[in-house]
Amino acid sequence: MNNFVKQSLAGLRVLLVLTVLTGVLYPAAVWAVSRVPGLHGNAEAVGTTLVGVDREGDRWFHTRPSAATLPASGGSNKGELNPDYDQVIAERRTEIARREGVAEDQVPQDAVTASASGLDPHISPAYAALQVPRVARATGLPEEEVRELVAENTSTGFTETVNVTALNRALER
Amino acid sequence: MSPTAAGLVQVGILVVALAVVHRPLGDHMARVYSATKHSKLELAIYRLGRVDPDAGQKWSIYAFGVLGFSFVSVVVLYVLQRIQSVLPFDFGRGDVPPGMSFNTAISFVTNTNWQSYVPETVMGHTVQMAGLTVQNFVSAAVGMAVAVALVRGFLRHQSDRLGNFWVDLVRGVVRILLPISFVFAIVLIALGVTMSLKSGVHVDGQLVATAPVASQEAVKELGTNGGGILNANSAHPFENPNAWSNLVEIFLLLVIPVSLTRTFGTLVGNKKQGYVLLSVMGLIWSAMLAVIWVAEANGLRPLEGKELRFGVPGSAIFANSTTSTSTGAINSLHDSFTGLGGGGTLLNMLFGEMTPGGAGTGLYSILVMAIIAMFLAGLMVGRTPEYLGKKLGREEVTAAAVSILAMPTVLLIFAGVAAVLPSTGAALNNPGSHGLSEILYAYASASNNNGSAFAGITVTNDWFQSSLGVCMAFGRFLPIVAVLALAGSLAAQKKVPVTAGTLPTTGPLFATLLAGTIVLVAALTFVPALALGPIAEALL
Repeated sequence: MNNFVKQSLAGLRVLLVLTVLTGVLYPAAVWAVSRVPGLHGNAEAVGTTLVGVDREGDRWFHTRPSAATLPASGGSNKGELNPDYDQVIAERRTEIARREGVAEDQVPQDAVTASASGLDPHISPAYAALQVPRVARATGLPEEEVRELVAENTSTGFTETVNVTALNRALER
Repeated sequence: MSPTAAGLVQVGILVVALAVVHRPLGDHMARVYSATKHSKLELAIYRLGRVDPDAGQKWSIYAFGVLGFSFVSVVVLYVLQRIQSVLPFDFGRGDVPPGMSFNTAISFVTNTNWQSYVPETVMGHTVQMAGLTVQNFVSAAVGMAVAVALVRGFLRHQSDRLGNFWVDLVRGVVRILLPISFVFAIVLIALGVTMSLKSGVHVDGQLVATAPVASQEAVKELGTNGGGILNANSAHPFENPNAWSNLVEIFLLLVIPVSLTRTFGTLVGNKKQGYVLLSVMGLIWSAMLAVIWVAEANGLRPLEGKELRFGVPGSAIFANSTTSTSTGAINSLHDSFTGLGGGGTLLNMLFGEMTPGGAGTGLYSILVMAIIAMFLAGLMVGRTPEYLGKKLGREEVTAAAVSILAMPTVLLIFAGVAAVLPSTGAALNNPGSHGLSEILYAYASASNNNGSAFAGITVTNDWFQSSLGVCMAFGRFLPIVAVLALAGSLAAQKKVPVTAGTLPTTGPLFATLLAGTIVLVAALTFVPALALGPIAEALL
C-alpha cells in the first residue's frame, strides 16, 4: 500500500508536468501554426464546403437525409434488419419520387439513407441528375446551365461525388 | 475508377506507406527505450516530478507506477469534468454529470475512449485539451512502456529489474508521440481538418459545432485512442474531410502497433522474431478486411451510416483497422453494418486486440498469446516449452492465462447481466438479435479498451456507466499486472541455450500455431454468444 501511495504521488507530479506539455503547449503550438495564411482558412472552416446542411425549398439541391441534431453531428445507427427503419426509408423514397416527378425505382440509394455524420456534403451524380429539372424550374435557369454547375462541382477521385454545399453556393451567384 | 479498384489502390498505398515507415520508426523506438542518456527536457520533467530516472525497478514497483499514475489520472480527469463550468472555453456546457465523468475518466485513462457523451453539447475545449488530449498521449505511452518491460523480461537474465516506468512513460511521450503528432496535426490541417477555439461556425444559416480538432485528431489515431472531439468522430467532415485525410488517419492508427514488431525484433537481436508476429497480424487483418468489405458491399443498404466521400471500401478499411487496433475511432456507423460486417468488427475485438492491436498493448498481447501457443505445442510433444531463450514454467503460463482470461470474464459476465436487466430494453436502438449485438459490442469494446460502439445503444443510465467503467478498468489493468508479473519471472531466469529440441519461433510452423491459437481461443470463448447475436443476424 505504501508503494502504491508513493508511486501515485510521483504519478500526480509527472501528470501535471505532462499536462502542461501535451495539454497546453502542444495544442497551443498547433493552433499557432494554424494561424499562418493557407492553413487559417481550413483551421477556422471559413466559408467551408466540407459540411452539408439541407436547405429548404425547391430552388436548392438537397443533401442526403440527416439524423444529426445540430450543432452536434450524428447518424441513425439503425441496423440493416430494423423493420421500422425500412418504413422510414420507403417513405423517403416515395417523397423524393413525388418531389422530383420520377418513378420510385429511379431514386438512388444515397438519397434515402442517412450519412454517418449527418453532415455529409456529398450526393451521388445520379441523385444530382435527378434534381436538375426541378432546380432549373424553380430557379428559372436553363437545365443545361444547371447541369454544367453540377459538373463543375463533381469531383472524381476514389469516389465520384457532387458537393451540394458548393453547388448551392454556385446557384446563389 | 470502380469502387473495388479504388479500394484496392487505397489498401496498396496504406501497405506501401507502412512498409516504408515501420523500419526507421521501429528502430527509432528500439533506440528510445534502450538509450542511457536523458534529454534536457526529460531531466527537467524528472526533476519536477521528483523521480529518479536511473533507478531500476522490480516488476512490482513498475506495476505500482502504472497503477498509481493511472489512478491519479482518473481522479484528475474526473475533477476536471466536474468543475468544467468554471473553466474557460466551456461555452455554458456546464459541469459534466458524475456518472458520465466517472465513465469518461476511466475510458480515456485506459486508452478505451468509449464515449457516453455527445462532445458538442457536453465537453468544452479546456477539458478536451488539458484533460482528454493529455490522456490520449499518456495512456498510449503507458501501453508502450508495458510492452517494452515485457520485452526486457526476455532480454534480461537473473535480474529482478525491468527498467524504469517513469523513463519509459516520458520518453514514449516526448520522443515518439509528441513529435509525430505535431507533424501530422499540421498535415491534417493542410488537408482540411479544423483547429478552432470557437464553439461553432455558421454554414448556410445553421450552426455547426467546431473544436480544436487537429491537435487531438493526430494523437487520437497515433496513440490508438479513438475518442472523437466531435460526436460523429472520424465520420465528421471537420475531423476527416476527404479520402486522403482518411488514409492518413488509418495509417496513423496502424503505424505504432506495426512498427513495434520491428522494435521487438531489433531489441531481441533477431528481426525475424518480429516479422513472424507481423505476418500473423497481417494475415488476420487482411482476412477480416475481406470479410467486412465483401459483406458491406453486398448489404441491403450499404450507404446507411456511411459517408459518400469514403464509400464502402474507405469505410471497410477504416472499420477493420480501428477494431483490430483497439483504436475505436469510426468513419462509418458499425451499428448500421450488415450482420456479417458488423460481426467482423466485433470479432476483431474478441481476438483480444492483437491484429495488430493497440499502441504497446498489441505487442504484449500477441507475446502473451505466443506463450500460450508454445505451451500448447509443449503439451503436444511432452516437453517444457521455451520462448526466446526462456523456459515457460507454471508461473509464466499462469500469468499468461490470467492476462488472456481477464477480458472474456468481465465481458461475458457483465454483458450477460445487462441482457437480463429490465432497464436494458429501453436502451436499445434496434430490436431482435441486433439488439443483443449492441449489448455484446458495448461490453466487447469496453473490456478490450477499443471504444467504438454499435452506437444506437443509449449507455447513459447508471448501470451502463458503472459496469462499462468497471469492464474498461479490469480489461486494462488485470492484463497489465499479469504481463508485468510475467516479465518479472522471465527476467529472473537464466538463459536456456538453444538445442536441437527447441521449436524455432521464426518460421511458418510457429506462425500457423500462433494464428491458430488466436482464432481458437476467441472461437472457444465466444461462439455461443456470437451465435445469438451477429451470426443469427447474418443468417436471417
